[in-house]
Amino acid sequence: MYNPKSESESLGIYRKLVLIRKTQEAIIREYPKDQIKTPVHLGIGLEGISVGIVHCLPKASKWFGQLRNHGQYLAITGDTDKFFSELYGKATGMGGGKAGSMHLASPSDGLMSNSGIVGSTISLAVGSGFAAKYQGNEAITVAMFGDSAFEEGEFWESLNFACLHSLRVIFVCEDNNIAVHTAGKERRGFKSFGEAVNGFNCHVLEGAGTDVRSVIDIGKKSIELINKSPKPVFLCLNWFRVLEHVGPHSDFDIGYRMKPSEEELSNLDPVKNFELFLIASGIDPVRMQTICEEVECQIENSISYAMSAPYPSEEDLYKGVFA
Amino acid sequence: MIRTLTFPEALNLAMTREMEQDDNVFVFGVDVPDHKRHFGSGNDMLEKFGARRFFGSPLSEGAATGIAIGAALCGLRPIHVHARADFVLLGMNQLVNMASTKSYLSNGELNVPMVVRTMVGRSWGQGPQHSKSMHSTFAHFPGLKVVMPSSPQDAYSLLRSAVQDNNPVIFLEHRWLYDVTGEVDDNIIIPLGDCNVLRTGTDVTIVACSWMSVEATQAGRILAENGVESEIIDVRTLSPLDIKPITNSISKTGRVVIADNDWTFCGASAELSAQITETSFENLKSSPIRIGFAPVPCPTTRPLENLFYPSARDIVRSVEHMLGLEPIDLSQEIFNEYEQRFRGPF
Repeated sequence: MYNPKSESESLGIYRKLVLIRKTQEAIIREYPKDQIKTPVHLGIGLEGISVGIVHCLPKASKWFGQLRNHGQYLAITGDTDKFFSELYGKATGMGGGKAGSMHLASPSDGLMSNSGIVGSTISLAVGSGFAAKYQGNEAITVAMFGDSAFEEGEFWESLNFACLHSLRVIFVCEDNNIAVHTAGKERRGFKSFGEAVNGFNCHVLEGAGTDVRSVIDIGKKSIELINKSPKPVFLCLNWFRVLEHVGPHSDFDIGYRMKPSEEELSNLDPVKNFELFLIASGIDPVRMQTICEEVECQIENSISYAMSAPYPSEEDLYKGVFA
Repeated sequence: MIRTLTFPEALNLAMTREMEQDDNVFVFGVDVPDHKRHFGSGNDMLEKFGARRFFGSPLSEGAATGIAIGAALCGLRPIHVHARADFVLLGMNQLVNMASTKSYLSNGELNVPMVVRTMVGRSWGQGPQHSKSMHSTFAHFPGLKVVMPSSPQDAYSLLRSAVQDNNPVIFLEHRWLYDVTGEVDDNIIIPLGDCNVLRTGTDVTIVACSWMSVEATQAGRILAENGVESEIIDVRTLSPLDIKPITNSISKTGRVVIADNDWTFCGASAELSAQITETSFENLKSSPIRIGFAPVPCPTTRPLENLFYPSARDIVRSVEHMLGLEPIDLSQEIFNEYEQRFRGPF
């Protein structure tokens, strides 16, 4: 398990975890007001993977993700102004309101693309990895996707190309054992992710995504492996989706999946797990409390900013179709 | 410098010039570096630029299209080559859902400078899966540019513009044009988004694209020999479309025949006819006539294939019908002569 080198590193990780968690809780609170008119795929439970992987990678890395991308966006950018503006459909959003929740990107931070089509940014990530090799730099590209993307042909085509060309691409499979409403056992004709990928010329690592320290551990190991032997890494990290596939609600009452016990849910919660670690390491809870309050204040300000921002104009409709 | 080149030689020269100018330009696709080099269009390029910039792809058209997009987002300018447009369908998710939307969804911050070069097959048993052009399908989606050269000069000049363009460009090369030779001035770069007036005349406007521009030129010659002066307009860029030269021509002729290398239903000919009717209704002396594929999948055997494809004969007959003329004697004319240029076995 990874141990942060300093208190400030620990609290930096904590701030990001809290930022993602509280941003999503704010969406849950605001969503019923029907001012956020974009489908939201919330990742409560996924924060550990988003924060952990971003924590390991150098600044110059490139990122590609999928529709459950809020955590990735917030972990990379730390921004909530453009984020909430985009959710509220305002001109001040990162896509000027045209992108919405499923297409968050921030090219200046290396976050190049997200997509609402499962698996479709994986090949883009490989293209980015190819560009790095072509241009002779050692930047790493990370493709983050849910376990359902593993069933898309494009995942395998992309993995094959990346392995063939020994590209510095980390494939991060965020396995929550559910795709929309269908469990893994209803969809998988393979024994395990690792075994299925093993025949390819890449590094394969699997682990828990519910503890950010374990994620950082695996992330750091991935980078070591790439640097020692430049070829892709396939990472499979599990996590538990607390909410419904899309929207702000819990959906255990529908009956297609079992609700874990409170204790199990707590064990699967990456924010709680890291809080326990911080307390055990002797961090003053007041400092943690201060971070929570600062983050809440940032989110509140961003929501006010977004709500008072203008909608895009009529002429914006026609802008940007072509470069 | 002006030189005489075949269509693939012109493509080759355009790619070579762009690659010499910009190290970010590279060419890849299934079988790109093999001994056939896509009917010669890639001759000597592996030898000149090496495997870093000219290489084969696994048979993964879907991911390869995404890889081109990802590379383009990161500063490269890929040319992705397919031996048939039909294979591009495997990359359609990437072209339509990803490439065409990147600029718009990022408020112009991202762009995708890539060219999809693809051949459109015809004849010698190509059948329904090796013969489609689908330019109207590609052009349907905002954010994709669609280019169809019909001469070596246009192949050279438009391909250079396509590679320099910061948007995804679908570049459709009709296989029969590979046997066409013409003069190429390497100083000419034609911007994307215009139509080309191939012949001026006052009696009827013939709008054509890709191979049908060659058929239209033959029809124009036959008509002229029989006293009918046609104006022929080659839609060498379907998207973005410049309708002006077409409507200007119709304001002079009052009549239009649209000859497309595609099905008419929901095809480019339907779009052109609609736009012409909307903008030039008062100038039209008769309703537009559209010519295209028979409304069936492309048959393999030649007798049926000859019925499936439109030719110069159909254009001549349509013009006669439109102008109320007696049928011209076409018994001495040779149609579909390019069909004979390829001899099997494949």
